[in-house]
Amino acid sequence: METKDALVLLANSNGVSGQENNLHKVIIELFESLVDEVEVDSLGNLIFYKKSTNKSDFKLMLAAHMDEIGLIVNKIEENGFLRFSEVGGIDKKTLVGQEVLVHGKETILGIIGTKPPHMMSNEEQEKSIKIEDMIIDTGFNKEEVEKIVKIGDFITIRREAIVLENERISGKSMDDRVGVVVLYDIAKRLQTLKHNIDVYFVCTVQEELTMSGGMTSTYKINPDIGIAIDVGFGYTPELKRNQTLLMGHGPGIALGGNIDSSLRNKIINIAKELNIPYQINVVPGQTGTDARSIQITREGIPTLLISIPLRYMHTSVELVDLKDVSFTSILISEFIRTIGNKPEVINDIVEE
Amino acid sequence: MLLEKLTLANGVSGNEKEVRNLIYKEIIDFADYIKIDKIGNIIAYKKGKKKTDKKILFIAHMDEVGLIVTDIDENGFLKFSTVGGVDKRVLVSKTVKIGENKIPGVIGSKPIHLQKKSERNEAFELEDLYIDIGVDSRTDAEIKVNIGDYVAFDTKYEEFGNGCIKAKALDDRVGCSILIDLIKDENIEYDFYVAFSVMEEIGLVGAGPVAFNVKPDICVIVEGTLCYEMPNLDSHLMPTRLGYGPAISLIDRHTLYDFELREKTVSLAKQHNIPYQYRKTSSGGNDAGEIQVSGEGAKVLALSVPTRNIHSSSSIIKKDDYFNTLSLIKYLIPSICKEDK
Amino acid sequence: MIDSNLLKNMVSIYGPSSREERIRNLIIKEIEEYVDEIKIDQLGNLIAHKAGCGDKLMISANMDQLGFIVIDIDEKGFIRFTNIGKCEPIHLIGQRVQFENGIKGVIFYEENSTENKITFEKLYIDIGSNKKEDTLSKVNIGDICILANEYIENEITIISPNLDDRLGCYILVEVIKNLNNTEYDLYFVFTTQGKVGARGAKTAAFSIEPDISLVIDVNRARDTPKQERSNVKLFNGVTIDIMNNSYITHSEIKNTLLDLVVKNNIKYQLEVSDDDITDAGSIHLSKYGVKTTVVSIPCRYVHTSSEIATKEDIIMCLKLINSFIGKL
Repeated sequence: METKDALVLLANSNGVSGQENNLHKVIIELFESLVDEVEVDSLGNLIFYKKSTNKSDFKLMLAAHMDEIGLIVNKIEENGFLRFSEVGGIDKKTLVGQEVLVHGKETILGIIGTKPPHMMSNEEQEKSIKIEDMIIDTGFNKEEVEKIVKIGDFITIRREAIVLENERISGKSMDDRVGVVVLYDIAKRLQTLKHNIDVYFVCTVQEELTMSGGMTSTYKINPDIGIAIDVGFGYTPELKRNQTLLMGHGPGIALGGNIDSSLRNKIINIAKELNIPYQINVVPGQTGTDARSIQITREGIPTLLISIPLRYMHTSVELVDLKDVSFTSILISEFIRTIGNKPEVINDIVEE
Repeated sequence: MLLEKLTLANGVSGNEKEVRNLIYKEIIDFADYIKIDKIGNIIAYKKGKKKTDKKILFIAHMDEVGLIVTDIDENGFLKFSTVGGVDKRVLVSKTVKIGENKIPGVIGSKPIHLQKKSERNEAFELEDLYIDIGVDSRTDAEIKVNIGDYVAFDTKYEEFGNGCIKAKALDDRVGCSILIDLIKDENIEYDFYVAFSVMEEIGLVGAGPVAFNVKPDICVIVEGTLCYEMPNLDSHLMPTRLGYGPAISLIDRHTLYDFELREKTVSLAKQHNIPYQYRKTSSGGNDAGEIQVSGEGAKVLALSVPTRNIHSSSSIIKKDDYFNTLSLIKYLIPSICKEDK
Repeated sequence: MIDSNLLKNMVSIYGPSSREERIRNLIIKEIEEYVDEIKIDQLGNLIAHKAGCGDKLMISANMDQLGFIVIDIDEKGFIRFTNIGKCEPIHLIGQRVQFENGIKGVIFYEENSTENKITFEKLYIDIGSNKKEDTLSKVNIGDICILANEYIENEITIISPNLDDRLGCYILVEVIKNLNNTEYDLYFVFTTQGKVGARGAKTAAFSIEPDISLVIDVNRARDTPKQERSNVKLFNGVTIDIMNNSYITHSEIKNTLLDLVVKNNIKYQLEVSDDDITDAGSIHLSKYGVKTTVVSIPCRYVHTSSEIATKEDIIMCLKLINSFIGKL
């Protein structure tokens, strides 16, 4: 499948943290012909194993989280309206008037309603609306809706991805389905690329909630190197330039305590050599991504974080540039191709 | 339903062309007289089997709330103003269509991760929002869009729940659709006028010229109106309720509605077992405000279909309310005309 | 149906976080003849094993209770303290407390305080002493006291401090005593330091490596006047917790539980809460990951000296756990 189509397909699929089962089929179908083994682990992480061209005992883990932020039903009101809680760091300001899908016995449409502006004081209109003042309207009364929906059912924001100018794509859950698509793109490239190490493509669960997927899958695989592929803040006028990445200028390579510096130098050198655009992304503390979970698993694992520039993070119009997807997967594929066997990497680390 | 076509057409106030053309084509074969006046209102006349010396006018407005492009910055982002009473808080995290070519764009926001704690509880200011169409420069943007282009919400028409409809612009395409159904009905006994007005949402602009032209004795405004039913709300604070029938207006910001006309409507509803409700708020307003005081004046009545999330990207009505409003109007015509004989 | 004596003993016995010896010994005495092996790990978790050949199932409840640790004793003999485990300072005013050695006291606050908000800094314990030396002869800095209140039981409800989570421990004990055939390899874990961030659960899960974990806890019933945030009500049955701040349920386990409640006619309710850490938060991300769900008993006034739960809900919880164990 074309990378662009895969991205639209995945962004339009639904899987809130805890509900990733929904995504297994569509993601497995993408990867299965490209890898040697497919595994679903106990928390629902998808692990795709691609053997090295030669025999190897060196393991590289590439991780992107497949879950998305969303909502969950916590109460059904007397008039049939649904009340809800957030799953993950959703911005309540992005919810008003939003269309949602409620995943009950069947999936039904809902619209998030609140008080109309005509009925608010000017002062009230300057505030963001609290979650407690919002409801989901499914067009059903209580009795009807209870046949379909129960407490604990997941709710996704409903948005079909759209293609804008310059091959930019906007939709929900680009964070981090675009990372999953990068994994897919790398897997495609590895079909024709000789590589001397084993590669594990991992689509993790619950990154937006507890990061448990990144921790547990790393524990299981016990890789020699981990690379988390996530998204970084794309530049828009209201943001500071030093907090952000430019769209279309290549992936952000994170720099900071969470990142192994010799690996980082290695990948930067590859980018320089091959003229692949990249940007440096300074993250002094925890990265808030699976990179953190990978790094501190077991006795510790050298880890990289590669970020795809993304505008409007955690809204339903997250925007990415397909050029960045290609740059990222070319860069990581080249990293995989040029990395030799275990001794070489270990030496590098010792030299540092 | 025709309502689907009507709501998918874009007609932000001042730019009703697409909607007007659609309505014109729909009713031209059914009207005995039709004209588009100098500011773009449609006025049509339909003869009944019987004559009446009362001029009854039914009016609905064609326009919808939306946005307009006011500037394009050097990075290619489009700044905009609202057209009509759009709550700025519904704009974030939405997709839109810009201009006649319906160029897609998105309205994003500062990521929550980078918002200060105080920012998290404040609504985004309109001047901080912009539309992103994917370009990086003003030059690239200007190939696709222009300052002054109208921007409409990008919302599908869908039927859902138990007999509900979700779409944009239900205020007041629902009124337009009811009037189109009315004029297509060949069994109405008496003569009547219908009008589809422009620019209601930006200050009842179109209604005055319509009234000047038609000089109605009686005018019925057919609207989509406020509907808000949050749980635990006292009933007097709910302006209308979905599924409880057409809402009959008592008072709003511009109008005190005619008492006799209102009573007649209520007794007709009772007589024919049509559910009805009163519109329990004095906020908002509609074309009645202009028509009531135009020329020698007219008696006005407003019948509205309750519309949840009015003035937002996805509003909701119930089909039952639509059909009950239509049938109440059909009973109303002979009832008004007969007694004048 | 409910062993009132045992429950009363379990909720009354001393055992704040980090000082769980007494409650642990009581539990050991109750269960030792019914299990194959009993182990106490570094953090003091009590792990009881009943061998089976199927999946490893870990069922746990935390055995510690809310406590207050002495940080200062002033010249007049008043005791200043801070909390071990979450609670609202305002709920403590006028409450009686008891130290491990039996010394009792009462919590009160600086009445002339001008600030509206009561914080722990404004509270003190009065043990009825007249000077520092007298207090010091009974209580030392670092001593931990617990809420002391009567255990009340009527036909339908139980009112007592420490139902959180001794009720969970009680259910585990009852399950152990009535074990029938199961194909699970069963680990019953009475965890320590649950009130301070699920610390015991973390190490227990690491050493046991369970495939599946059920956590038995109490959760806040919000059925009292003017409370409308969520759905959980007393008398509405055992609660299956879909999500809280530290975990989201594993869908496979949730679905199994939902099948069981329907099949066995068990009264149940579902909850999405914004409550804090339960043991589940630690357990589910241990090692390879553990399929985890929290099952709880609705309880009013959690973390006060008068928690209220109903007998019927307790029995429903017991029934659900038993049917889960026996389902294979």
